[in-house]
Amino acid sequence: MAVTDLTACEIRKAIAERRLSAVEATEGCLRAIGRLDPKIKAFLSTDPDGGRRRAAEIDRRLAAGENVGLLAGIPVAVKDNMCTADGQPTTCASRILGGWRAPYDAHVVERLKAEGAVIVGKTNLDEFAMGSSTENSAYGATRNPWDLGRVPGGSSGGSAAAVAARLVPIALGSDTGGSIRQPAALCGVVGMKPTYGRVSRYGLVAFASSLDQIGPFGRTVADAALLLRATAGHDPRDSTSVREPVPDYLEGLEEPVRPLRIGVPREFFSAGIDPEVESVVREALAVYERLGAALVPITLPHSTDYSIATYYIVATSEASSNLARYDGVHYGYRSSDHTDMIDMYMRSRAQGFGDEVKRRIMLGTYALSSGYYDAYYKKALAVRRLIRRDFEQAFAKVDCIMGPTSPTPAFHVGERTADPLAMYLSDVYTVSANLAAIAGISIPCGFTAGGLPIGLQIITDVFTEGRLLRIARMYERETGWTKRAPPIVEDAA
Amino acid sequence: MSAAEPVPTIGLEVHMHLKTRTKMFCGCKVEYDVRPNSNVCPVCLGMPGVLPVMNGKALELAVRMALALGCTLPGLAKWDRKHYYYPDLPKNYQISEYDQPLGVKGCLDIETSQGPRRIGIIRVHLEEDAGKLMHAEGGGNYSVVDLNRTGTPLLEIVSEPDVHGAEEARVYAETLRQLAVYLGVGDCNMQLGQMRCEPNISLCIGADAQGKPRYTPISEIKNLNSFRSVERAVTFEIARHREEYEADPAGYTLEKQGKSTRGWRDDEGVSFLQRSKEEAHDYRYFPEPDLVPFVPDRQWVEEIRRTIPDLPEIRRRRLINDAGLSEYDAGVLTADRLIADYHEALAEYVRDAKMAANWMMQDVMQILNERKIAISEFPLTPQAFGDLVNLVASAVINRNTAREVVLPRMLATGKSAGEIVKEEGLAQTSDESAIEAIVDQVLATNAKIAEDYKGGKKAAFGRLMGESMKASSGKANPQVVKAILARKLGG
Repeated sequence: MAVTDLTACEIRKAIAERRLSAVEATEGCLRAIGRLDPKIKAFLSTDPDGGRRRAAEIDRRLAAGENVGLLAGIPVAVKDNMCTADGQPTTCASRILGGWRAPYDAHVVERLKAEGAVIVGKTNLDEFAMGSSTENSAYGATRNPWDLGRVPGGSSGGSAAAVAARLVPIALGSDTGGSIRQPAALCGVVGMKPTYGRVSRYGLVAFASSLDQIGPFGRTVADAALLLRATAGHDPRDSTSVREPVPDYLEGLEEPVRPLRIGVPREFFSAGIDPEVESVVREALAVYERLGAALVPITLPHSTDYSIATYYIVATSEASSNLARYDGVHYGYRSSDHTDMIDMYMRSRAQGFGDEVKRRIMLGTYALSSGYYDAYYKKALAVRRLIRRDFEQAFAKVDCIMGPTSPTPAFHVGERTADPLAMYLSDVYTVSANLAAIAGISIPCGFTAGGLPIGLQIITDVFTEGRLLRIARMYERETGWTKRAPPIVEDAA
Repeated sequence: MSAAEPVPTIGLEVHMHLKTRTKMFCGCKVEYDVRPNSNVCPVCLGMPGVLPVMNGKALELAVRMALALGCTLPGLAKWDRKHYYYPDLPKNYQISEYDQPLGVKGCLDIETSQGPRRIGIIRVHLEEDAGKLMHAEGGGNYSVVDLNRTGTPLLEIVSEPDVHGAEEARVYAETLRQLAVYLGVGDCNMQLGQMRCEPNISLCIGADAQGKPRYTPISEIKNLNSFRSVERAVTFEIARHREEYEADPAGYTLEKQGKSTRGWRDDEGVSFLQRSKEEAHDYRYFPEPDLVPFVPDRQWVEEIRRTIPDLPEIRRRRLINDAGLSEYDAGVLTADRLIADYHEALAEYVRDAKMAANWMMQDVMQILNERKIAISEFPLTPQAFGDLVNLVASAVINRNTAREVVLPRMLATGKSAGEIVKEEGLAQTSDESAIEAIVDQVLATNAKIAEDYKGGKKAAFGRLMGESMKASSGKANPQVVKAILARKLGG
């Protein structure tokens, strides 16, 4: 059995028992990346030398009997919108940050290092995390390991594909409207968006500040729990990070939640859902029923009809502001053919940003403009409160909400690039959890007849990640989905 | 229709740096005159991924100033982003407060040559300063930027259009500065750019048919950095508005031309147009999602309110009206907050504000001047110094002994006035028979001088007085000596 077939928890145990060294784990991942990533293109940059150095240091410290941390020697990939010092690039998959080197580590990167993880590389994404297919990358699209003609989802498609193809056991992504959960579903892995404020955003390059949240990818629920535990917690540098204690998410993970009332929103099975997705998700709900859970039909009246519209006003408004700093003056890409300062601003931004980013900056600029603010931004905030209330009312009756993560399985590369609205609808079931600032997870729950993975989304109330993981684990234990590897991995083995 | 004289109607926007050790959203030091771009970090450089963290001290100082200006603190103040592109603003937005500032509806009392005036304050809010852009000298086609100032906490104070003349505008700005310095809110050194004034000037030109006042277009003069230039620029603008209005009474109105922004050339003494209404920015304000709204804790606010000292003007008037001090003395004793505090403590201890003021003016201030030290470095507490004052007031020692002997010894040794008087046997005597014996002896040995006095030479009395005091080694109560001498000389 190859080291890359081990989960993070298994690697952790093997290293602790000295059956495996950190260097071996890192070398295994680097080999897998070398073999498969030219086809998948999950990584924007790798750091083999740094990774090897770090792994050797971990081994030295382990040999000296030091406590090296929760992730000692475990190879990890980080989405390339989280800052890493040490000379590795941080590009956000944008030309405008080409050549830029972050002078500091993001909070989560500090946490990974402090817990002994070995960061082997930075993964591809839709430019500035804007997209649902990882096709909007200035450095090329990432492919779905289950079918190289299809997208891995997005925007954290690089991290999802890297975990699915067993290039790394665990990876970090960021989720603004579904950017962890949707690619997790399309790639057949576990991906979680914690409660807003659970993980510090310091060093996460902002797309939409009130929605962005960093979260874990893993092949198993336990691996996601491990990575969340290592990265969650209050950070004084992020005023929106919350002073809630971080429980040990692995402890009690095996304990089922009983009794369990599952809310099944009518709106999550509405028009537009792929029939195979619907039947596979309904089968998953039946598994929970067999485990003793009660299915409760509920309604979230504002959460599907208005969530996409609300999301694309709130997110683009914040993005238009957050991305104003990329102007060619202080760092990053600067045009070389400008005539004066204003022209430099305009050309640097016109040449540096891709089309989807420009589209969203324009939408957001429009929504915040004098005379339109009340009709768009302010109204969107009001609807956002209604969406939040939908969930509050639901959680008074049920312990969690379940449905499909994505209305369809992975689509073909290029299929939706000409139709932004079709692309936006990929997130129809995921954006409302971001708007409501609550926790959500996607776990593998089966396959289409053609062998594409399908994801089950589970949503719980704020700061109940521990219970959310236990609910996910109940299902995982009953089914074998998380053990299946894409053919490309088996062929290579 | 323009029978009535147009009335200048002026509101001022004043920006001041708050006196914090570090910047508003990061740990970089606030320093002036240091190497360009030496006090910067990823946060104030607006690097990708950084987040602001509010400086609690900046918030406290802003609240302090707002309270001192009598502002109401709303239950919630929030932060907003104000967008504009300029290379001295690395994020291309400024974190400010738009529609829910931390202080509203206050006022400032000022003293002009025309008498006291009350100027309303519309709002007080906190924002971050930008950096400094310097254009290449000699026409080079580049500019350089210094971001040391970026993120310095800046308080903006917006007045009602209650100011009606150039002198008032200057005095308002001066009074605001004095208040901020007095409260420890800011140093307000205008040369260092710690305080900038932007008057908004218009003339009220009568009323329309409905009785609504009509105005000339508002002109805002940007970034005036001396009180003199505030007065000169306002004088210039008032005259300019008058001329423009007289030349075109129908067209030169606020509703037709709106608001414009102007610069000021101090050397030439003229203002010039920078931006007209058509070029006005749309700042696209929206709530700053990276900061949580500020909900002032009532107890915290009350603690700040308690530490606000009486304001200089209130203290000054009280010293004149209640303690009978001269305008001059009252002015000196209230100009510096710590001196005013010292005087107040001394007056309370000796239970006489006027007497305390005399000692402050004649002794304490003199020592401060001689030694070139601040009151905070004066070695005696108001209580220790007050013991000396009380010894004189109760006639244990005389004023001269206190000043020439005891005070220098207190400063040198740190001993109390009482100890020194006791050790040196300096307590004066009022024992009439003992003093009479001394006086008799002085008159006997100075018979010639006594004769001179009786012959009409009034100055001779002083010499006899001095000889008697000397003979008593300074210990005789001068009042008693004086009375006995007068009696003996038949005066």
